Amino acid sequence: MREEAFYFFTSIGNYTGQSAASLEEFLQKIKDVDIKSLEFHLFREDFEKWVAQTLGDSKLAEEISYLRVQKVAGNALRDRLYFIVSRRLKELKPASTR
Amino acid sequence: MKSKGQEISLDELDKQILRLLQENAKQTYGEIGAKLNVAHSTVYDRIQKMEHSGVITKYEALVDAEKIGIPLITAQMTITADPKETENIAVKMARFGQVLEVATSFSEELVITVKVVAKDQAELHSFVARSVAPLPGVLRIRTAIVTRKYKEERFNISPEKNLSRQKE
Repeated sequence: MREEAFYFFTSIGNYTGQSAASLEEFLQKIKDVDIKSLEFHLFREDFEKWVAQTLGDSKLAEEISYLRVQKVAGNALRDRLYFIVSRRLKELKPASTR
Repeated sequence: MKSKGQEISLDELDKQILRLLQENAKQTYGEIGAKLNVAHSTVYDRIQKMEHSGVITKYEALVDAEKIGIPLITAQMTITADPKETENIAVKMARFGQVLEVATSFSEELVITVKVVAKDQAELHSFVARSVAPLPGVLRIRTAIVTRKYKEERFNISPEKNLSRQKE
């Protein structure tokens, strides 16, 4: 059981079957998951909570919260979320390999 | 009441007693006997036999949660799972206190249907996200929140004439 994973839903109780247990997996799922799921979780602040509380990355959580404040939706949300997360992964990778 | 292997056949008096108990299980043997024109000891014997044979499984109080300040929402979940894990998931679902019914059913694919109650939508979602989605083998979950109930009854034993009247 991947209790710490992020589980993608499209609405209350409706699970897509997609989950991510790491930031790398999360990035891959952003590309594929139903856009309704991205909008549902952004609105509920679920991404921010998971990134901050489970991954311990408050910087990325703050960046994601800007998307919510700006009410980004649709494919623009997918594109911007993908950009933010991939940029953060690049930032983290050199630090972890030092 | 006669027993043929595992199947138990009830006579008309057994059925009438059951019907009265299903209407109101708090009736005394005497009250039931008076309605059916039989001695209360006969009613007692019949009920004892039906309890011991498992025809009567239990007596319970139905509580109106809203009247005691516990507003509940009910939802019907349909879980699509890896066929190898379906049985395990159904057993695990049955252990949750907020789950009222669990069944496996088959239409185009094998699914697990679950009736669940929660205090509100937030609690419902938290339950599905934290306790159900992470179960190994869960592929997809659809949850429908009940907005209005038009009928909710358990199986009631009815005289055959009533059943035929319902068919008309």
